[in-house]
Amino acid sequence: MSDRTIKLVLEDGREFHGESFGAPKEVQGEVVFNTGMTGYVETLTDPSYKGQILVTTFPLQGNYGVPDGPFEAPRIQIQGLIVSHYSDHPHHHAAVKSLGKWLESQGVPAIYGVDTRTLTRHLRERGTLGGAIEFTDESRIGKPKYSKNIDMRKVLKKVAPTETTIHEGGNTKILLIDTGAKENIVRSLLKREATVIRAPWNTDWEKYVDEADGIFLTNGPGDPLDAGGLIEKVQALLSREIPIFGICFGHQMLALAAGGKTFKMKYGHRSVNQPVQDLESGRCFVTSQNHGYVVQTESLSREWKPWFINLNDKTNEGIRHVEKPFASVQFHPEACPGPQDTAYLFDEFMKVVRTWKITKQNKEAAFTWDILKNKDLSVDGKNGAKL
Amino acid sequence: MKGKPKKVLVLGSGALKIAQAGEFDYSGSQAIKVLREEGIKSVLINPNIATIQTDDGMADEVYFLPVTPYFVEKVLEKEKCDAVFLSFGGQTALNCGLELEKSGVFKRLGVEVLGTPVRAIRDTEDRHLFIQRLDEIGVVTAKSKAIESVDDAVKTAREIGYPVMLRAGFSLGGQGSGLVYNDEQCKQMAETAFATVSQILIEECLSGWKEIEYEVVRDGADNCITVCNMENVDPMGVHTGESIVIAPSQTLDDNEYQMLRNVAIKTIRHLGIVGECNIQYALNPHNREYRVIEVNARLSRSSALASKATGYPLAYVAAKIALGYKLFEIANQVTKVTTAFFEPALDYIVCKFPRWDLTKFPGADTRIGSEMKSVGEVMAIGRSFPEVLQKAIRMTEIGALGLDPDAFQFDDLQKELREPTHRRMFALAKAFEQGMTVSHIQELTGMDPFFLHEIERVVKLGQSLKGRKVESIEKNEMNILKRAGFSDTYLAKLTQTNDLSVRKARLALGVKPHLSQIDTLAAEYPANTNFLYYTYAAEQHDIQPSTKPTALVLGSGCYRIGSSVEFDWCAVSAVKTLKNLGYDVILLNCNPETVSTDFDVCEKLIFDEISMEMVLETVDFANPIGVFVSMGGQTPNNIALKLAKAGVKLIGTSAESIDMAEDRSKFSKLLDELNVYQPKWATATDMSVIDTTVEELGGFPILVRPSYVLSGAAMKVAWTMDELKGYLKSATDVSSEHPVVMTKFEEDSREIEFDGVAKNGEIILSAITEHIENAGVHSGDATLIIPPQRITIDVLGMTTKVAKKLAKALNITGPFNIQLLNQNHEVRVIECNLRASRSFPFISKAMRVNFISEATKAMMSDVNEKPVMVDAPGLIDLEYVCVKSPQFSYSRIKNADPINGVEMHSTGEAGCFGKNAKEALLKAMISTGFKIPKKGILLTLDSNQPLDLGLSIDLHTAQESGLKIYICGGKSGTKTRATFPIESMSEGEALELIASKTVDLVISLSRKDHYKVRRLAVDTGSSLITDHWLARRAIQGFNKYDMSELRIEPWSSYGGIAPSAS
Repeated sequence: MSDRTIKLVLEDGREFHGESFGAPKEVQGEVVFNTGMTGYVETLTDPSYKGQILVTTFPLQGNYGVPDGPFEAPRIQIQGLIVSHYSDHPHHHAAVKSLGKWLESQGVPAIYGVDTRTLTRHLRERGTLGGAIEFTDESRIGKPKYSKNIDMRKVLKKVAPTETTIHEGGNTKILLIDTGAKENIVRSLLKREATVIRAPWNTDWEKYVDEADGIFLTNGPGDPLDAGGLIEKVQALLSREIPIFGICFGHQMLALAAGGKTFKMKYGHRSVNQPVQDLESGRCFVTSQNHGYVVQTESLSREWKPWFINLNDKTNEGIRHVEKPFASVQFHPEACPGPQDTAYLFDEFMKVVRTWKITKQNKEAAFTWDILKNKDLSVDGKNGAKL
Repeated sequence: MKGKPKKVLVLGSGALKIAQAGEFDYSGSQAIKVLREEGIKSVLINPNIATIQTDDGMADEVYFLPVTPYFVEKVLEKEKCDAVFLSFGGQTALNCGLELEKSGVFKRLGVEVLGTPVRAIRDTEDRHLFIQRLDEIGVVTAKSKAIESVDDAVKTAREIGYPVMLRAGFSLGGQGSGLVYNDEQCKQMAETAFATVSQILIEECLSGWKEIEYEVVRDGADNCITVCNMENVDPMGVHTGESIVIAPSQTLDDNEYQMLRNVAIKTIRHLGIVGECNIQYALNPHNREYRVIEVNARLSRSSALASKATGYPLAYVAAKIALGYKLFEIANQVTKVTTAFFEPALDYIVCKFPRWDLTKFPGADTRIGSEMKSVGEVMAIGRSFPEVLQKAIRMTEIGALGLDPDAFQFDDLQKELREPTHRRMFALAKAFEQGMTVSHIQELTGMDPFFLHEIERVVKLGQSLKGRKVESIEKNEMNILKRAGFSDTYLAKLTQTNDLSVRKARLALGVKPHLSQIDTLAAEYPANTNFLYYTYAAEQHDIQPSTKPTALVLGSGCYRIGSSVEFDWCAVSAVKTLKNLGYDVILLNCNPETVSTDFDVCEKLIFDEISMEMVLETVDFANPIGVFVSMGGQTPNNIALKLAKAGVKLIGTSAESIDMAEDRSKFSKLLDELNVYQPKWATATDMSVIDTTVEELGGFPILVRPSYVLSGAAMKVAWTMDELKGYLKSATDVSSEHPVVMTKFEEDSREIEFDGVAKNGEIILSAITEHIENAGVHSGDATLIIPPQRITIDVLGMTTKVAKKLAKALNITGPFNIQLLNQNHEVRVIECNLRASRSFPFISKAMRVNFISEATKAMMSDVNEKPVMVDAPGLIDLEYVCVKSPQFSYSRIKNADPINGVEMHSTGEAGCFGKNAKEALLKAMISTGFKIPKKGILLTLDSNQPLDLGLSIDLHTAQESGLKIYICGGKSGTKTRATFPIESMSEGEALELIASKTVDLVISLSRKDHYKVRRLAVDTGSSLITDHWLARRAIQGFNKYDMSELRIEPWSSYGGIAPSAS
């Protein structure tokens, strides 16, 4: 039907043809999309995309090349990339190579020339679909196509670091339970003078809890119910009354540990323009998000209250304990990519942790800040400083 | 906010001029709609009679009066408004508001300024305050300092860091300014500068930095979003209005994007903007340094663009916020279920391309730079930079089919690249064709290599087709070409065939464009939007055609001199009427400054090229009952015949009739057959008999007129044989497919316009207007007056008779316009347009009958139904006079001779009502910038040009009321009745009178001499009149009326409220 060299085959049989760039290779994975207009470097290295074939709805990719860092993980996390228009002549002062060369060097295949809007509309309506990147070569006929068994539990294991690392930053110690944390979470804590103990979720990180001043539950790929054993472990933490903050997957983990429920949304949040509102102050923020599961607010006990909601579909975007220093948000305050409107939450978390350390008083340390008071909400962008 | 206001005055932006155009009809209309929705009474002051916002059914009261502090104060007093909107009428409204605040008028009348507080506006307008305010929060602005000595200059230059820009005052027009790289150069240039000026400015050099803008919205509760960012393809140094702009930014990484977004939000919060604003940055391409250039605390050209580019209704939301709503309380107009607190995600790319008309002004400086000269803009939507750039180029209708290296000729390519002109894109294409490298071109232009590489790719794709046949293009290649924005017409040129053959070949390969939605969220959720564009990068349509009968209306396309907001008014009026008649409407247009492209105007808006290719695709898609080609001016009119030949059904007058009227030679023959008088004419086919032809026409001056053109493009008056030959050549170049006609140029005739609506050849509605100026001034530059004041009843009768004959002969159904000359009780036809004309909104509002609405009804009515006369007032029923004055933008067009002629120069118009002609004329003239003189009048005449007796009497009366009269040139020694003799004042003395502000009105009737006088009048902001009759009427006007005697009356007081457009 087409003389183009490569295609994406979806598990429902639909095909999208295009031209190959990146590594000339066939792969399979869950096919997901993101609607951010900048930030492919950050997105491609986001461990939440582990095992997935990423479709970018913004048609132009590769335009500013690839820098030598910072990344959100040491390597590209996605299985494959599908774009509309690829620019192989990037130009940017920070660029050291092209997107194509970067993908190639890490063995990740990519397709350009695809109508990514039509593909996205298809994915949106079908929910998550599996797919494979294949060459259109005649000799391929008869070869096995996409197999449906992608085990996200395996993916979760893959995204976790192999060992615990300590990142020195100051006197306050944060135990970060890593389910595929984006590097900027670590950088954001370090910048606020925390020492980060970064422990893989599937190791016995409990041994660090005593020395920690606060716990950070990170983002990660897939369904939180797949993280066997982790829910129970977090549950145990709640009785210790040490400050806990969760992001995305970590938010869902905290909700589950608190006895709440999560469910799969009809339309997931796959963008960097998700509007959320702080229910207490009424203040609204634009946030970066990537999730298909959401916390069911009503499933939580009275000790918990909804903190943020999504202004588009009114789904839960954050919870906090009414008196204890536990809180979490569905969105990504660490951004990278996306708006940095909610980066202040790192400040608040560190403030809570430090207050707790001194007073051990719930009242003073609980997440009851009034963000409208004396707070410059926007990040200082002077000279490109970035959180 | 003290609770909801009861009655709000909305300040409009007045007549369209360069840097302030149709975008404010869009924003004002939205503001009025919001007031209506909220049940708040609205009063609008805007003399721009061709706008939608001044229509019936919009504001509760409309004042066609100048937007100046004086008139606004009077209207506030009369209407007892308790609040005012300042940010929907451009800089005019904003400045007016600042003055009224300063003079305490708002306070005295208890009027609240809604939206952004005046203090915040002042912080953004006053350079010094602005820098200080941004300093407070550590936001960086460009460093600059005013210097008064050479030593200080060197010291400051060192502080800022070389290179620095040294500016020797602004009056010199950039002369004596430049970049200096070291102490020595700085010292030298400063010394030179101080020889003539006392103060120089030393600025940080930002040339070559990227220019980025963000549109920001903030509500009263401090919620703040950035709706869109945009990047200029032209780096710093070229005004953003002159730049090719891409949304969203193309060369910024996420870090830079977010950094500038953060600064935007921080700055706008600190300044306390409530509503919408725009922030402009310079961004260093070598590191992440930025400088804030400016903040516009109002709706702007950029916000209109951003609104259309993203589907986010900025003006609507800004108005809601001004009334106290918070962003999350405002419903998202696109999705209906979400709120206005969101930032659109684009899954497409948008390109804005300016349109310049500099070649209409002989002598005009064609370089583009820090001042705006463009008269309009287009917006192209697609999936890649090459696709949108090539689309946008075609949309400007300057004759280029895309990034065509051969579109224009360049003498010095390097210079063209270094010093950009309005044709820089084509110079780039030429440079790549000649093999210049990206890095070399980057050095010359400062453009980001990302853009240059993409442009190079397009040029090479084009070159690869040279010498090939269209049949040799295979499917894959065709796809690549179409996705890179090559149109059927451009491919036809490259493969030496015609566009329909390319279309055939393309369709045979199965290559078609598809309609995609602008849904604000990149398909993340389902959205039901009517905002569409075509792209060859899509493989299926996002939407299905309507099952209801559908009409396709073609809009006006790019605004330019001669085709502007008046045709958008026509298109919108037609759409509204069609909707009321029960049809679904698809509108095709590509102009972001329009109301017709608003989200709430029609069922489906296709934001794309008005071309054969896209109209045929739309007909294939929607299978409409027919296409309206008569509402959008010349752009749709030009493709009418081709569409009809391709089998497309046109609604209204037939394509053959349109061709008969447009083709000068066919039309002249028709007039002869009908025994209708016309100026002597001849076709310019045989140059060998040109001498005899000229003789037969009655000698020089001769008017050269090409066919199928609007606003007199390439229309010229030749006084000598050499001129004639030159003009004939350029006219043939402009319109090679159509004949060029020569007529005797009539100098002493009056000009009459007949605007009408007919059905099956019978006129059912009409209006006759008269020009104040005599023939020779283009009808678009003429001052129109209704009812006519000079022509006699018998001439009115003859005019009507001629119109009836033509309507019958051309079997007109729909709107039409005839231009006639009147001399000695005789009328002669010079032109007939079988479409809506520029004056339709004016006559509709003057007579309180919507001509377009009636035309649309006639066009949609059963062809077998007998035509019925529309109930409308006759000319003798009008108890008032309405005058339309042209707005010129000469001050922006450096070096151009500000004199009227057969080529149109005006960029806009104002229409005002009065009890009599004098009052209406004065109001209309003041609306277009005229100031009633208080000191003196300077009259210039060519040497040996006699002073007209009538004018001398008028001047005498002016003199008696205390004005000083000065005359330069003319037949010296002539006696006048007045106390002033004609003496030969030198031009130098005349210039001095203007410079010293001794005179505040210049009447220049010289045709050959005194360019300098006219230019200085324009450059110093003195009033200038260059027509004899206009001068006389104006003087008679202010001899009789003082400003305070001009009546402040709403539209509704003139002739009562007519039924609204149905």
